[in-house]
Amino acid sequence: MAHELGEPVVVATRVEKRFGDAIVLREISMTVRRGETICVIGPSGSGKSTLLRCIDALVPIDTGSITVEGVEVNDPKLDKLSLRKRVGIVFQQYNLFPHRTALQNLMMAPLHVLKQDKAQVEARARALLAKVRLSEKADAYPGELSGGQQQRVAIARSLCMNPSVMLFDEVTAALDPETKKEVLTTIRELAAEGMTCILVTHEMGFAREVADHVYFTDGGVIVEHGPPRELLLNPREARTRAFLDQVL
Amino acid sequence: MIARAPGTDLPVLLPAGDALRARPDQAAALGWTSRSFTPRSLASLLALFVLAVLVADAQAQAAGAPRESVVTMLLKWAPLVFQGFLFNLLVSVLAMALGSFAGAALGLAQISLLAPVRGASWIATQFFRNAPWLVLLFYCMFLLPFEIQILGLTIPLPAWLKAVVGLALPVMANVAEIVRGGVRSIPATQWESAEALAFSRRQTLWMVILPQCLKRMTPPWMNLYAILTMATTLISVVGIQDGMTTARAALVAEQRLELFIPMYLMLLSWFFLYCYPIARLTLRLERRFQVRG
Repeated sequence: MAHELGEPVVVATRVEKRFGDAIVLREISMTVRRGETICVIGPSGSGKSTLLRCIDALVPIDTGSITVEGVEVNDPKLDKLSLRKRVGIVFQQYNLFPHRTALQNLMMAPLHVLKQDKAQVEARARALLAKVRLSEKADAYPGELSGGQQQRVAIARSLCMNPSVMLFDEVTAALDPETKKEVLTTIRELAAEGMTCILVTHEMGFAREVADHVYFTDGGVIVEHGPPRELLLNPREARTRAFLDQVL
Repeated sequence: MIARAPGTDLPVLLPAGDALRARPDQAAALGWTSRSFTPRSLASLLALFVLAVLVADAQAQAAGAPRESVVTMLLKWAPLVFQGFLFNLLVSVLAMALGSFAGAALGLAQISLLAPVRGASWIATQFFRNAPWLVLLFYCMFLLPFEIQILGLTIPLPAWLKAVVGLALPVMANVAEIVRGGVRSIPATQWESAEALAFSRRQTLWMVILPQCLKRMTPPWMNLYAILTMATTLISVVGIQDGMTTARAALVAEQRLELFIPMYLMLLSWFFLYCYPIARLTLRLERRFQVRG
């Protein structure tokens, strides 16, 4: 992408994460700059989703360091609220609140967590729903929306918190090709507007198109990383090549 | 009722005319008003009652007793017994209210992050859930004082209030299980996404989790209430004047053996008429929530 890259927003240094005896992340280091779009690809179980959860402190890391705009995530005294205000995360299964309408889903956290003014929040929420092309669905409940629509509401819900960085955890994996496109369009627009994005994805074509930088992980380690054209077309490592041969 | 093909409820397997008629019937089955008191169930109850009265009268005549008919005696005692029955209902409502509040707290304590709180509430729940109701009632009657003093105030604790507490204990434990199960039934991803939106644990519970389980918890909660209502007759054993006690007193006063079955059947019908609609409504809610997910 052609925009200027700013200062580092997310910096991971030698992150290690174990679940019992299993090492899920090993020596993970990466730097994500403001406005940059990062794609993390790799086989299932390679720790990609765990990495995103670690950045949002949903899962604690064992050793190493992750900072988000200078805030150390691996700190027992971490103010999780201030971290999560900076980080938005969208999950594979949308996870909207089924008992609230689309608009209410967007408004809940800004109202009750950030304690912002209701009229202001509602205006922002409606603008975001318009942005993801779902203005007419403001009063619909999640159960009344298609998967793609729910996922776009989920993206808008995260954006309504005004985060500095957005994490996408295989957000199109549960969608059919048609609705996938709607969601990818939304993400593409976000990236083009300069939102800092980290995507875990299996959409190689999309990664090649939107990513500034691609990381390939396998078995909890970063095997290699680089600009999408290089990594996806001319991988250096045999493991990357084997993976790409399988999925492309 | 419509004659159905043997072994099927599927409208497509019914003859065309039946299938058409089956639709309003099915709609009514889900509706509250038309089918809550099915004519059949009401009629069979009434028939049973009339039969009991007739048999009782026949017994009386065979015994050569030229006294009042069974119907007259029932009508004479009905107002008093009905008052006792209303008292049963009052006790059931109070015990349910008390048990629900305490049970909700106990249920939430079971999902506390503090292990000691979790452990203690689990033990309390299991204890009161697996103890016979009558034993708990006895304990409350004899272990609770007849008055309590708080800040110089003397609050009397009449026997019926102790009985309410005694019945509220098992209700509490059962409500705790309903609450715990309800909270557990919400997928962990809901907690995760609320956490990611910077909600605190308490906010997540009250704004995201509990509103979702309320719907699922209502049918078992209503079911528990129906069971409690019928169990309130236990308080007659510990000497409280309820419908059961007054019915027995009437029998003792009349000294007429043939009155025994009709008198209790009358009381039973009232409980039935009160609890059966609750059971129907519970079933209806369960079906509706199942459809909506």
